[in-house]
Amino acid sequence: MTALPLADGLTIARRNALKIRRAPDLLGGVVMLPIVLVLLFTYVFGSMISLPGMSYAEYLLPGVFVMTIVSSGQITGYTLTQDLQKGIFDRFRTLPMSPSAVLTGQTVADVIMNVTSIVTMTLVGLLVGWRIHTPPWEAALGFVMLLLFAYAFSWVTAAVALSLRTPESFNNVATIMTFPLVFLSNAFVDPARLPAPLKPIAEWNPVSTLVQASRDLFGNTSAAMPPPTAWPLRHAVPVSLLWSLLLLAVFVPLATRLYRRAVSR
Amino acid sequence: MPDAIVAEGLVKTYGEVVALDGMDLAVPEGTVLGLLGPNGAGKTTTVRILTTLLTPDAGRATVAGLDVVRDAARLRARIGVSGQYAAVDDHLTGLENLEMIGRLHHLGAGRSRARARELLERFGLTDAAGRPAQGYSGGMRRRLDLAGALVAAPPVLFLDEPTTGLDPRARAGLWDVIAELVGTGTTVLLTTQYLEEADRLADRIAVVDHGRVIALGTADELKSQVGGDRIELSVTSAEDLASAVRVLAPLSTGEPRRDALRLTIPVAGGASALTEALVRLAAEQITVRDAGLRRPTLDDVFLALTAKEPAS
Repeated sequence: MTALPLADGLTIARRNALKIRRAPDLLGGVVMLPIVLVLLFTYVFGSMISLPGMSYAEYLLPGVFVMTIVSSGQITGYTLTQDLQKGIFDRFRTLPMSPSAVLTGQTVADVIMNVTSIVTMTLVGLLVGWRIHTPPWEAALGFVMLLLFAYAFSWVTAAVALSLRTPESFNNVATIMTFPLVFLSNAFVDPARLPAPLKPIAEWNPVSTLVQASRDLFGNTSAAMPPPTAWPLRHAVPVSLLWSLLLLAVFVPLATRLYRRAVSR
Repeated sequence: MPDAIVAEGLVKTYGEVVALDGMDLAVPEGTVLGLLGPNGAGKTTTVRILTTLLTPDAGRATVAGLDVVRDAARLRARIGVSGQYAAVDDHLTGLENLEMIGRLHHLGAGRSRARARELLERFGLTDAAGRPAQGYSGGMRRRLDLAGALVAAPPVLFLDEPTTGLDPRARAGLWDVIAELVGTGTTVLLTTQYLEEADRLADRIAVVDHGRVIALGTADELKSQVGGDRIELSVTSAEDLASAVRVLAPLSTGEPRRDALRLTIPVAGGASALTEALVRLAAEQITVRDAGLRRPTLDDVFLALTAKEPAS
């Protein structure tokens, strides 16, 4: 019998989606975290910061979108390390299924999870005053870009998880990895005002280009605010797409190799 | 009868550790081979190689006529595996667990579901079918795991320590289920640490140690190799122990074993040997704290067999 990568991937995706739905700790990360982040940032920082020509909520929401995507990517890694410790991958490997389906299934389930997160954040965002000011196709492109990056980032965390192998060490590393990625960016502050050595990092950070691309595509910009001058941020949409494709090109094969190594011991 | 499982000179090393050191096996179709040995003897490594999870460093093996390395992909459709760490997905229900395995065997949605229901019924899990496996007892999880191994009705089944860690009741229940399976013509390789389990389920038993088979035979053959029953007694002083060894030497059929103030002596003749022993000890005025007769255990089989091996 031949392996059917697509059908097998969907079977695994269905399994992982069921898992997320039934595990309260994971579901909390998918639904509660976005709500808390939107409310916290809007009301805590929003009350202290005023921007010319737009509300802080408008400026902030794209950053919170991306922050949520980055932190929920941890669920991918956490689930994988948990599965590694149980016998379930051994069972999969004795079945006539496509070996690659384990990771494609996992990451596809994460897309479903990210759709849930983004829908939640969009609704809460609309409640606190965030608005889309662009034509629907542009906004749709914005959501697609967020999801594409989320998918690529799942593969990054999968690779990290498969090289670390235990949930504990993964959680530690993921936290250390997430904070600089999110805060060394334009998500909450203007990178132009960062000290010299950090500035180029923040400008080329894929989180920055994605946040800028979302602001552009959702129209969360203000004529009264100077547009970013850094090259990657001036071309945020194509650069952001390239970032996602680059991450996929590197981390899909890498995670697949690491998976094979992690399970064949 | 052709052999459903053949292993020739399997070797597997992990750095310095030699897990398998020339493992040879042959299991005729429709029979059950029990692989008996202590932890670290190479039982699980053998199963992992035969089920395509590991590749051997040397040697070759075929299962159902297919090479475990070259034909691994095709072989996976023909084997069922149930391990000592139940490969059950906690967040999925019993039904979903089995359905998923059916789909991954490419049985299709309808047949996967029907097969899952049939197996849940057969393993007494119908009432629990809709509950996440998280809430299952140890015995239920093992039954679900075993059911998972049977989804595609494989001609060859591997059971790696299927009852390790279960309470006696759950163990007896699982034995009944496995014994029933064995009756249907499936070839089974069973690993276990328990002689009783091998005794109950296996047609033949291979005793493994240091990654090799050191003895092969039926349960009766192995037991006769290690002699009959054992008298076990304890005394109150070291002098009495020494005297007891001397007094009972004529009854002993093998090497006595001492452990602090306890003495284990292989004997022939069962209960009458025990009576005889107690009479002799009383005549020498040796105080016996307790005494009893027992069947040989894996320890005895194992110690007797490894004693014949040159010390490594």
